[in-house]
Amino acid sequence: MNLVVPIKMVPDLVEELVIDASGARLDPDTVRLKLNELDEHAIEQAILLKEKGASQVVVVAPDIEGIDEVLFTAAAKGADRLIKLTGRWSYDVSNRALARVLANFIKTLRPELILTGVQAHNDLDGAVGPALAEHLGMAYVGYVSGVLITDGSARVRKEFPGGLIAEMRVQLPAVLGIQAAEKPPRYVPISKIRATMKTATIETFPAAELETIGAPVNVRLSPPETRERALMIEGDVNAVAARLVEIFKEHGVL
Amino acid sequence: MPIRPEFWGIPHEWNPALWSYSIMFLAAFVLLVRVYLHARWWWQVGRPERRWDQLPRRLGRLIRYAIVQTRVLEQRYPGVMHIAIAWSFFVFFIGTTLAAVNSHLFEVLQLLGNATAREHPETFVFLKGEIYLVFKLFLDLAVVIFLIGAALAGYRRFVQKPTRLTLDNRFVFTFVMLVVIVLGGLIVESLRLAVEKPTWAWWAPAGWLVAQLWLVTGASNETLVTWHLGFWLVHLGTVVLTLVTLPVGTLLHVLTSPLNTFFSKLDRPMGQLAPMAQTREGKPIYASTLRGLTWKQLLDGDACTECGRCQDACPAFAAGKPLSPKQVIVSIREALKRDGAVLARGNGSTPLLVGETIADAVVWSCTTCGACVRECPVLIEHIDTLVDLRRYLVSEGRLDAQLQDALAKLGRYGNSFGKSERLRAQWAQTLQPKLKDARKEPVEYLWFVGDYASYSPSVVDLTRQTAQVFQRAGLDFGILYDAERNAGNDVRRVGEEGLFEVLVEKNVAALSKANFKTIVTTDPHTYNTLKNEYPRMTNEQTTNDKLQRTPVLHYAELLDTLITSGKLKFSKKLNYTVTYHDPCYLGRYNGVYDAPRRVIEATGCKLVEMPRHRDRTFCCGAGGGRIWMEEGSVKERPSEARIREAAALEGVSVFVTACPKDVTMFRDAVKTTGNESRLVVRDLIELVSEAL
Amino acid sequence: MNPDIFVVIEHLRGQVSDLSYVMLAAARVLANATGGKVIAVLLGHDVESLARDLAADRVLYIEHAAFADFSSDAYQRTLENVIKEHAPRAVLFGDTTIGGDVAAWLSTRLNLPLVSACRTVYAADSTLKFVSQICGGKMMAEGELPGPTTLVMMVPGGYKPEQGRAAQAPELVRGTAPALDDLRVTVNEYIEPAVGDVDIAKEAILVSVGRGIQNQDNIELAEELAKVLGGVVSGSRPVIDQGWLPPTRLVGKSGKSVKPRLYLALGISGAPEHVEAISNAEMIVAINTDPAAPIFNLAKFGAQVDILDLMPVLTEYVQQARGG
Repeated sequence: MNLVVPIKMVPDLVEELVIDASGARLDPDTVRLKLNELDEHAIEQAILLKEKGASQVVVVAPDIEGIDEVLFTAAAKGADRLIKLTGRWSYDVSNRALARVLANFIKTLRPELILTGVQAHNDLDGAVGPALAEHLGMAYVGYVSGVLITDGSARVRKEFPGGLIAEMRVQLPAVLGIQAAEKPPRYVPISKIRATMKTATIETFPAAELETIGAPVNVRLSPPETRERALMIEGDVNAVAARLVEIFKEHGVL
Repeated sequence: MPIRPEFWGIPHEWNPALWSYSIMFLAAFVLLVRVYLHARWWWQVGRPERRWDQLPRRLGRLIRYAIVQTRVLEQRYPGVMHIAIAWSFFVFFIGTTLAAVNSHLFEVLQLLGNATAREHPETFVFLKGEIYLVFKLFLDLAVVIFLIGAALAGYRRFVQKPTRLTLDNRFVFTFVMLVVIVLGGLIVESLRLAVEKPTWAWWAPAGWLVAQLWLVTGASNETLVTWHLGFWLVHLGTVVLTLVTLPVGTLLHVLTSPLNTFFSKLDRPMGQLAPMAQTREGKPIYASTLRGLTWKQLLDGDACTECGRCQDACPAFAAGKPLSPKQVIVSIREALKRDGAVLARGNGSTPLLVGETIADAVVWSCTTCGACVRECPVLIEHIDTLVDLRRYLVSEGRLDAQLQDALAKLGRYGNSFGKSERLRAQWAQTLQPKLKDARKEPVEYLWFVGDYASYSPSVVDLTRQTAQVFQRAGLDFGILYDAERNAGNDVRRVGEEGLFEVLVEKNVAALSKANFKTIVTTDPHTYNTLKNEYPRMTNEQTTNDKLQRTPVLHYAELLDTLITSGKLKFSKKLNYTVTYHDPCYLGRYNGVYDAPRRVIEATGCKLVEMPRHRDRTFCCGAGGGRIWMEEGSVKERPSEARIREAAALEGVSVFVTACPKDVTMFRDAVKTTGNESRLVVRDLIELVSEAL
Repeated sequence: MNPDIFVVIEHLRGQVSDLSYVMLAAARVLANATGGKVIAVLLGHDVESLARDLAADRVLYIEHAAFADFSSDAYQRTLENVIKEHAPRAVLFGDTTIGGDVAAWLSTRLNLPLVSACRTVYAADSTLKFVSQICGGKMMAEGELPGPTTLVMMVPGGYKPEQGRAAQAPELVRGTAPALDDLRVTVNEYIEPAVGDVDIAKEAILVSVGRGIQNQDNIELAEELAKVLGGVVSGSRPVIDQGWLPPTRLVGKSGKSVKPRLYLALGISGAPEHVEAISNAEMIVAINTDPAAPIFNLAKFGAQVDILDLMPVLTEYVQQARGG
């Protein structure tokens, strides 16, 4: 059972987000990238499946600054192959374009199951998973929080609003959009990651040509509107509590 | 003339010398074999460790801690009790040795062909005359002292029953044996005195007093001699029994504890942890089984006397957490006894060291405050072992989610708050004049600010005050701005050695580019690692030298110097009655007690000490990474217990501390214990600021 | 060029989602600009009645037994046909577990542009434009919806569901589904959410906690506050993931949408997945030490104090106000 996990890097929201001069994207000099959180869950879910009997976990990523450490961390958790697709990338390439490039490469791996984060916070043209599925001619189910592989098909738990869960049967090969791994992503000590850096290798393959059609058109970024900002209550905890009680009374809940 | 008799009252035809010496040698041999059979696990199971260096210093340690027993004496009742028992036995031992020498030296010398020994053997018999009397007196006094000690011990263990002491069969057995031995010896002597009735009898007061008992019964001399023989045989028997059962009862510590003090660590200060163990190929060795511990750590287990002082001092135990330092050490001993054979052979499975023998939660409860290490009379090194166990747990990913989160943030952003490193110096933005950037210009004092002082909203005010005081004193200082990272003290104590190394690398890279003479910090944890661990961590020789030569100061030390040199002058005297909380990593770990006290005095405050002060200070509970972990269920938070301790002092209105984590923990505790109207928590810098 | 705007209606177990009505409102804005009609596309099995209050000009109802449950496969194949046949100016999907399975697939399949995380739409000059919220709510992205056909995935918050509800049932037209046997994705069974003690969607006062609560023990402080206020404790995803609150208390995309009179957001940053579920709250009060937390853009009142300090104090004050 070959598992492939495509991952991508997204802007770290802890840092201040600065819009560049063109107004169309974040300033690449100040933006700091980190692994998409749901892709981390996808890696974890893949490793869990491997622990239950799947044979191989392959992690595939575009060659972006900082990706090496992310790949080595995945290897330290148990990933078998680490693949970087080299090309003229920027981190904010559209998911459409990314999906096509990934599909071109991934089909050579002939995976039975592809796991990827169901979304990333900087997605603007939908997520990578469904587009990838279409390129590869595979079934797609998103918002998955549990995966079990039994005789040629996957049993997945798909989340619906209100806490409802549907247990679905998905024919393999398939792409799953992971919302949460069955267990929270495990901790790998830095010493293990460093040790892995010495033993594991990252394979590089050239990425297919990036196409720009399908990307959102004439995008302008701006910070969220501030005219709707909340009225801030000043003072220490006592002052805030007193004012809140007044507000509650005025609103009729007290 | 009084002279020591040879085997008085024992029939000569039995050849008592031959028999008793043979039996004793046999018993001693059995003892040695039994001890060896157990002790060999230390080095057959444990990792090697160099502890044979500096023999004179080690001998000094042994004398101080195992013979004079200074730590034991720190508590009055058990101190007196144990000294009475131990020293009286030292006297017995010396006495017996002297007696043996007295009896046989001339024989040995005769065999060696010494002329004097052949012609005048009596020159080598010294237990005669006044010497003999003094000898008798000392021995008798030792008997009395022992009996007093034994009475104290019996009362303590059987009646008072303090929780920290284990009352079990092994103790009872040993206790009874020792009392029987001494009483036996006393009775034997008294019977002889009752028969001989020498003129110098009062030189053996205890024996002569007991002799009166026999005389009162009116028994004939023959009867007394028969009793004497009987008791002598019993005495011999009990001594032999005690010797051969020594490894089983609680007397094993008589051998293992002095060994432990002899092999206690000399190569590094308390504030420096040992690096990760590695195989020759450079692969890490984890303490997944006892094989991952060193022979010294295994000896720790056998040296433990189960006195429980560590448990009494432990803040985690007091809070109701599952950790008892005593239990951890005893668990290691039990595990070695149970699994030593299997582990030494290297095959077969044993219960997990962490997980089954010792629970995960036990290992994580430790705050690394060092109180256990400070208390232990036999110098057991609990923290080193707990950190080794943590290193193993981290390698297995067995840490709670909150700690995982904190470590991930530390790894990515260099601080546990998960805030961008670019915001590290945000606290300083409002200060005028702008603080010097130590990355760009040379400064005299490099102020390593620290995580909590930089990022914690409740502490940044104090950091600003510190900056202003430094400026008032005309100090030439600067900070590393964004280049600073968490110094890593607690990261290391959590067991994430790899992350610690990364943080050290980053900080050393920043430090080596800067130009400064002294490092100063407000955080005792930062202080500890920068002072004790950084200079020995770096691989670069030049940086190593530079760091080794650079003094590291805690700001209390710096303030103290500034005050005494007159660079900081106070304009008013604060008349607060205060108490001072010694931060663990400043006081116990690094011996800085007086500087902060001088500063407090200089501000005009009156200092009242809490019962647990200086090296007995009671941890706030945040150290060892605990502040990053889930609190779990707790009986009484250490910080709350401490506040109550302070609130009990009459007239004290201010609780002073010198650590940003202490400030955070104690301010919370004042609220949760409802002491807001009684106590206010102030950092040292606030007093200084106010008095300026 | 077809000026009509299609809306893919999302329904589950006999109920149309609030988001579907929001999308109908957005579609109306676009249709007004293009001069076309708003067509609601309803795929289902015996669910014609759900069309009764959709504010659309027409409902395209496609009946098939395979639509008794949501299967990405079934929806993908059917909508592919629908879009190919009609080539509308725009097709609106929910940025949800339903729409998300389908829209990006169709975009690739049919080579059509797609915009996601869209909050509002509008027309400027002769172009249709979108406004999306990305980066955890910290960034707004505006752009064009190019012709001839654009797919749009929408999130709640830009329009009120009432704007998409009609008083009268619209005209119903039936369409045919393609062959839907041999689906690769089928439902085995549903796992009901644990029946909790409370239904937070029905509560009037919610004391909601986020990551800022830090650990399980502090939940108690929120419980006490909720008790004196006469409300109930709820939480955002990180709190439920940690197991500190049961899933029945989850407010968010995968949990429940709530519409209380008072929503007290404590230590919640305001990520879109959470915010979309509270957009119908009457009043939101947010407490967070991070002044840049997106929740402050939605809340009416806010304060920057530590929630662990505030909760016990506020509990006391409320108790006093109640005369306790």
